[in-house]
Amino acid sequence: MMTIVALTPLDLVLASALIMILALLSWRMNLGLVRQLIVAALRTTVQLLLIGMVLKALFAHVHLGWMGVMATVMLLAAGREVMGRQKRKLTGWWGFGVGTLSMFISSFAITMLALNIVIAVKPWYTPQYAIPLLGMLLGNTMNGIAIGLDRLTATAWEQRMLIEGRLMLGRTWSQAIDAIRRESIRSGLIPIVNSMMAAGLVSLPGMMTGQILGGSPPMEAVKYQILIMFLIAGGTGLGTMAAVWLGSRRLFDERQRLRLDRLRK
Amino acid sequence: MANGLKIADFGVHTVKGINLVASPGQCIGLTGPSGAGKTLLLRALADLDPHEGQMWLDNVAAETVPVHQWRRQVALLPAESAWWHDTVRPHFERIDNTWLTALGFGRQVLEWQVSRLSSGERQRLALLRMLMVKPRALLLDEPTANLDVDNAARVEHLLNSYRTAQQAVVIWVSHDLVQLRGNCSRIFTIQAGGLVDQEPPSHRDRET
Repeated sequence: MMTIVALTPLDLVLASALIMILALLSWRMNLGLVRQLIVAALRTTVQLLLIGMVLKALFAHVHLGWMGVMATVMLLAAGREVMGRQKRKLTGWWGFGVGTLSMFISSFAITMLALNIVIAVKPWYTPQYAIPLLGMLLGNTMNGIAIGLDRLTATAWEQRMLIEGRLMLGRTWSQAIDAIRRESIRSGLIPIVNSMMAAGLVSLPGMMTGQILGGSPPMEAVKYQILIMFLIAGGTGLGTMAAVWLGSRRLFDERQRLRLDRLRK
Repeated sequence: MANGLKIADFGVHTVKGINLVASPGQCIGLTGPSGAGKTLLLRALADLDPHEGQMWLDNVAAETVPVHQWRRQVALLPAESAWWHDTVRPHFERIDNTWLTALGFGRQVLEWQVSRLSSGERQRLALLRMLMVKPRALLLDEPTANLDVDNAARVEHLLNSYRTAQQAVVIWVSHDLVQLRGNCSRIFTIQAGGLVDQEPPSHRDRET
């Protein structure tokens, strides 16, 4: 590590002046955003300070159990977020379960793979590596799954006649929903494909920027960013495929009837 | 035991306790006020909706057959057909030209855009698409509702020749009692209590 310019609380207060100016302007312009803006800024501060303390404690006490607790909290929060973004979610536990299970399978498997085989830190659950990796994977997989599932359920709802028309001609449930399933997976994957396309040209990815600001040599940061991009693409792809497949299966019962009553109206 | 389509203690929504035997080559007419459950009954027979009771085709119980095969054998023609490709042709697994002609179409219809078909053309093509699967039983929901007199006659003629040639069961839902009398050997009215026989027994089996 090279020199890190440590930020003082005064530095952050100076930066917060920007929020104050923005709040003042939006008050003058009647944007109705003042409250939300201030709440959001406060939440950012409080949530990040809290996670900072949690990370500090985790780094000081490296233990698989604590890591497990942290990972579970992150997974459940992501699962809730996926559920919240569905317009027509599956009823019952499925609404939460399909997305969360898919995220669990893809994000956890890929994080483990990266920690054990690619980065090969010892122990593999070293929080300094495990938590940021898992966080980035969950955050991106969450997007893909939320988009994919939302597309799946919304399209199935709209295209009931087409799906049942295929069933009437003797197609299986899988054939009847295949076109919708592929379209849903595609739309879940487009954001990560786009961000790989734009990486470095349009946007400097946040993690890489952070590492450079933190004093890492640019090439080291770049290598990590490439690794992360590949992991995210893998995780988002697998997670979205799993979620859309599980979700589409749930739309049919054991006699392959389309059961839109399993979607929230 | 009789071959054909048999249902016992069958029920969907408000219609309960239906028992019916339709022998091969028989056409059964179903009529009744709107909302009585005619369409729901047809959907349940194609196993598209959950239902009570049991059904058999040629003595094989529905639940012992993979459901997509059941739907190929007990085929539903809905009142409004669904189309998912741009042109007509990809919707067909194969096409029998004589049937196409019998319905008043030339071969060029296969290249037509689905979005430009009239509702009557869709209805006739949907019938043809279903017949190409060679079902053993046909569930028809108002099959001539959007058709003019000539085309309705074409459809009735094709349906009757298919039924006799293939010894297929036909369940024909219609509001038009005259049409049902002309095509079916028995007619039932659907009610909350179940099916009520419309015609006196002496009229039965006249056409079959």
